[in-house]
Amino acid sequence: MRILTGNDLKTGAVTWWTGSDWSLHVEDAVDVTGSEDEIARREESARRVNAPYAIDATMDEGSPRPSHIKDRVRAIGPTVRPDLTLKPADPDIGNWVI
Amino acid sequence: MADFVSDTDTLIRYREDEPVDHAAVTVDSFLDQSNASAVRVEPGDDARELIPHLERLALVEVNFPAFGDGRGYSSARLLREAGYEGELRAVGDVLVDQVAYMRRCGFDAFEPDAALNEDDLETALSRWPEVYQPAADSRTPIWAKRHA
Amino acid sequence: MYKYDSYDQQMVDARVEEFRDQARRRLEGKLTEDQFKPLRLMNGLYLQLHAYMLRVAIPYGTLDSRQMHALADIADKYDRGYGHFTTRQNIQYNWIKLEDAADILADLAKVEMHAIQTSGNCIRNISSDHFAGAAADEVVDPRPYAELLRQWSSFHPEFSYLPRKFKIAVIASDTDRAAMRLHDIGIQIVEQDGELGAAFYVGGGMGRTPMIAPCINPFVPLDQLVTYAEACLRVYNRHGRRDNKYKARIKILVHEMGAEEYTRQVEAEFAHLLEQGVEPPFAELERIRTFFEDPLFEADLTDDIDRSDPDFALWVDRNTVAHKADGYVSAVISLKPVGGIPGDATTEQMHLMADLARDYSFDELRVMHTQNIVLPHVRKADLHALWTALEAAGLGSPNLDTVEDIIACPGLDYCSLANARSIPVAQQISERFAANGKTEALGQLKLKISGCINACGHHHAGHIGILGVDKKGVENYQLLLGGSEAEDVSLAKITGPGFDEAGIVDAVETAADVYLRERQDGERFLDTYRRIGMTPFKEALYG
Ligand code: HEM
Ligand code: SF4
Repeated sequence: MRILTGNDLKTGAVTWWTGSDWSLHVEDAVDVTGSEDEIARREESARRVNAPYAIDATMDEGSPRPSHIKDRVRAIGPTVRPDLTLKPADPDIGNWVI
Repeated sequence: MADFVSDTDTLIRYREDEPVDHAAVTVDSFLDQSNASAVRVEPGDDARELIPHLERLALVEVNFPAFGDGRGYSSARLLREAGYEGELRAVGDVLVDQVAYMRRCGFDAFEPDAALNEDDLETALSRWPEVYQPAADSRTPIWAKRHA
Repeated sequence: MYKYDSYDQQMVDARVEEFRDQARRRLEGKLTEDQFKPLRLMNGLYLQLHAYMLRVAIPYGTLDSRQMHALADIADKYDRGYGHFTTRQNIQYNWIKLEDAADILADLAKVEMHAIQTSGNCIRNISSDHFAGAAADEVVDPRPYAELLRQWSSFHPEFSYLPRKFKIAVIASDTDRAAMRLHDIGIQIVEQDGELGAAFYVGGGMGRTPMIAPCINPFVPLDQLVTYAEACLRVYNRHGRRDNKYKARIKILVHEMGAEEYTRQVEAEFAHLLEQGVEPPFAELERIRTFFEDPLFEADLTDDIDRSDPDFALWVDRNTVAHKADGYVSAVISLKPVGGIPGDATTEQMHLMADLARDYSFDELRVMHTQNIVLPHVRKADLHALWTALEAAGLGSPNLDTVEDIIACPGLDYCSLANARSIPVAQQISERFAANGKTEALGQLKLKISGCINACGHHHAGHIGILGVDKKGVENYQLLLGGSEAEDVSLAKITGPGFDEAGIVDAVETAADVYLRERQDGERFLDTYRRIGMTPFKEALYG
């Protein structure tokens, strides 16, 4: 599958396209195969996202898992600071990245 | 080469004299033919080749095909350092955020691909209260003021 | 320390307003990201892996307690309670909001700081010797020259759209503590027949094509320093390659043109520019110098240090450095706790370091390119009190220049260009050597890690270097040996096939063991490597 990601223009936060809006959580990302360019263009010009791009992902236990490690780190946060990731309560979150 | 006459809608000049009414030629054709008084300098051209002919030049256009290619700043300053007093026009991908530096390097006319917003231009040109270094404009560097 | 006058302040304030306006236009959609990007980069604002990242300039690595407090406050107010000190003697914040960026710059301006030209294809923050003004071996304090060049290069109208970034370092002793010859321009202030002048080394750098800068002029008179730099830059701006981003650094120009031809063109441009009056008067240099006069060192201080506490004694041996004034040392605060993140400091740690600088070091701090902090002028008599305070805050690691004192770039944990993570590797190596107790025996061993070929972690210059590569989507690490950024500068060589994360930690230990086995009296790791060459290491690593 293809999913769409970018950053929030104002805050810089990593966001994922949910089909109708942008979410901080990669779990909310939907398949955009075929329409990624169109959505990216439209959302960027409306300034709802900055620097959007589509990536490959697979479904893993019911939610999308980016295929490249870089996007998995983006999805979660720095593995060396679990307290600053989106899952601060999960000390092993770094393993999801690898 | 193509004809360089362009839509002059976006032309902004900081000079009193009349603009040259004919198209600028390439540096190569300028050096070959003797009657042109307007030349266009591309980023890869050596502006120093024009120096022996400055007295018959009334317009030098310096092209910025992409704003990030800064060779034109050196071309401009070199010409001013050599005593060129005719019009020095920045053309191409000239954005409001670059015009202040361009003025400092000796440009006194702009012909951007996309028109500049006048207020933004005004703001940009009056932005810097002082300058740290001498360049091709007449501004006094901070160090000269400190030791006046 | 240099203090802004009203001119300097006006310039920085104007820049804040300019950026505020640019950020507003971006948020309102009047600027596209493509147009905004070079503008934000010239103010140190990147879009990184997780958020905007702001890089704040610390000119030649020198700051006072007020400034360090301000950096701490920014970490607290606008970021997530910490900052990262970098190999370029700057600080980076990882979680900045575009909406806040102009306010941060305004806060910085209040303490005479800025983020101007910390990124972009312009002349970057100028780095220098972190022991400047304190080192026993310098011919003069190099920082006034760095400050002169800082002002010259700020908002330079001709050199703000160079082919690529441009980094200058200035030192003034034969011992090179600033990786001078791995900069685009390295300047060494030298003394010749009682006169001071500047030796220019041009075309060094790391990145994907590391090169050691050749000397193009051994002695530029100090009253022509700026003019000579201008000539070097103009030749580069006109002739540096713009067709390929990876070949755009000045090192490639000097290499392709040849140092002789480059020098010839610089000299011709220099002769021309001498007529143009671009050099500030000598009085300006003298004015700047007055800011860098020695603090009032006390006379007749004791050189005795009570070494009865062995932990303290170890820290003194490892982390303090000879000072030019009797009774003083320069003390290094390690930002490399075992298992920690190299170069990171929390808000509280920054506040503490600021207070300690005020109490014990004439209000001055320095950022080292090795991502540590220096208190340059500490009375030996105060060392124990200083160490006690540092220890309590987790800042007392006694590991300067040891295998635990690792340089690591942010790597894949923070950087969008990375191939692999750097920080976890650094953490595991420091834990390994702290646990196996070999740190002491290994002595000076400079280990440097980059998460990709851009070499922000100086891996080419490590006695041991580690480079993160991407092996079909999996993190992999190459091992390099034999580099040095110091006066015995050399570029490290790759040992062979790469290793996975666990493998690279073992590989470092294997290389260290070869050294321990092979070394002769007094040799550092680097000396042994230079004597015995790569083969014994390869045999041990790949068997
Ligand atoms: C996280 C954001 C960063 C990005 C995007 C970045 C990007 C780059 C790039 C692209 C290069 C290669 C330039 C070239 O060869 O033309 C480079 C070089 C370098 N960077 Fe970074 N960097 C980052 C962070 C850092 C940090 C945190 C440090 C200090 C720890 C640093 C210090 C350096 C140094 C010392 C070099 C080598 C200079 C040279 O090539 O001569 N950078 N960086
Ligand atoms: S070396 Fe590579 S991974 Fe490390 S900070 Fe630089 S660009 Fe990022």
